[in-house]
Amino acid sequence: MKTHQAKRVEIIIEEPLAGRLTDALIEAGVTGYTILPVKGGSGRSGRWSRAGQVSRGSGMVAVVCLIKPERLDTLLDAAFSVVEKHIGVVSITDAHVLRAERF
Amino acid sequence: MADILSLATTNLISPIILSFVLGLVAALARSDLTIPEAVAKGMSIYLLFAIGFKGGAGVATHGVDATLIATLVAALILSFALPFIAFALLGAMTRLGTLDRAAVAAHYGSISIVTFVAATSVLESQGIFSEGYMVAAAAVMEAPAILSALWIVARSGAKGTGTMDAGLYREILLNGSIVLLVGSFIIGMVTGEEGLATIAPFIIAPFQGVLCLFLLDMGLVAGRGLRETRGEVGPGAVVFGILMPLIGSIFGLAAAFLVGLSPGGAALLMTLSASASYIAVPAAMRVALPEAKPSIYLTLSLGVTFPFNLAIGIPLYTALATALVGGAP
Repeated sequence: MKTHQAKRVEIIIEEPLAGRLTDALIEAGVTGYTILPVKGGSGRSGRWSRAGQVSRGSGMVAVVCLIKPERLDTLLDAAFSVVEKHIGVVSITDAHVLRAERF
Repeated sequence: MADILSLATTNLISPIILSFVLGLVAALARSDLTIPEAVAKGMSIYLLFAIGFKGGAGVATHGVDATLIATLVAALILSFALPFIAFALLGAMTRLGTLDRAAVAAHYGSISIVTFVAATSVLESQGIFSEGYMVAAAAVMEAPAILSALWIVARSGAKGTGTMDAGLYREILLNGSIVLLVGSFIIGMVTGEEGLATIAPFIIAPFQGVLCLFLLDMGLVAGRGLRETRGEVGPGAVVFGILMPLIGSIFGLAAAFLVGLSPGGAALLMTLSASASYIAVPAAMRVALPEAKPSIYLTLSLGVTFPFNLAIGIPLYTALATALVGGAP
């Protein structure tokens, strides 16, 4: 089956910032994304877990985008404007998709 | 003094305190006991709805008196003012930077709704009347402290502020806790005793049991927080976490005197002034002051002040309010 090259951008960001990030992505023309819950982890800010948490303040979410390689810089500029000062991780990996017209 | 000790002893061996202790001990002992996030959120929604509804129904039964507006104004002023005291106190007692001090101050000007719920539970168990509209006072005190803290940061010229936009103001003023608390309060006020009787089997009978489970969860979260952030919070900050609620409660008591609240209402206003937020304010701080360390303000709020208020503060405030404002516990 024929596949097409794409970039998979995963942004793990503080939950209170998720709305601002997706707004920035949409404004930059990136209208396709998926938000995944994150259960816990560890990093420069220490270990954390969502177990039993009520406040959004101590939670993280993963925002995943699949885009055409030529649109990567636009997405990263938009994302960086939001995530710059905050706790989080931005990673980019090569991916293959089946239906290129959707990305 | 005997009243305070008696109330404190009764409180310490109550199911809600022991549930909290169980969670705390389990977390510190690294037990795998956890309460799923969705269950914890569901319980918090239940507690907010129940306490708001009961407060509104209480107002419908006892009627609105002249102290209602005065209480709300007092609550507003307290929430705006307490962060300035907390900020100054932190400056004297700790070496925290401006952003961390401001973020912590915002938590201590705002309120912990679970501490408030626990206090109403203690009052009910002691048969002490409190004004139903204290729920509205709790809602009023959620947000102003955040604005005070942001004003302190803006005035100090400290770098590190994040996004202060219309969206943040909307999130602060319309956060889920405030909307649910005020909304259920209004429903309770509109439907009155009849409405309360209709759903009493849901919001009255299971209330204490749900509160116990929620406090078990709070104990687990507090214990995990304390375990993971050892060394981040110095002794001065820990002392602040105990001293600040006492100072806040004195301001709450003075305000209760001025507006003429009942002893139960005074105890609740003292509890609100003494408590520190851990739901609404942390989320706002992550957006507005991203460089402030969550490990400091969450540990102080949930790991130091919340247990202190639960075990010692609430009986102390109740005994002081009943002794000084009138009546007997």
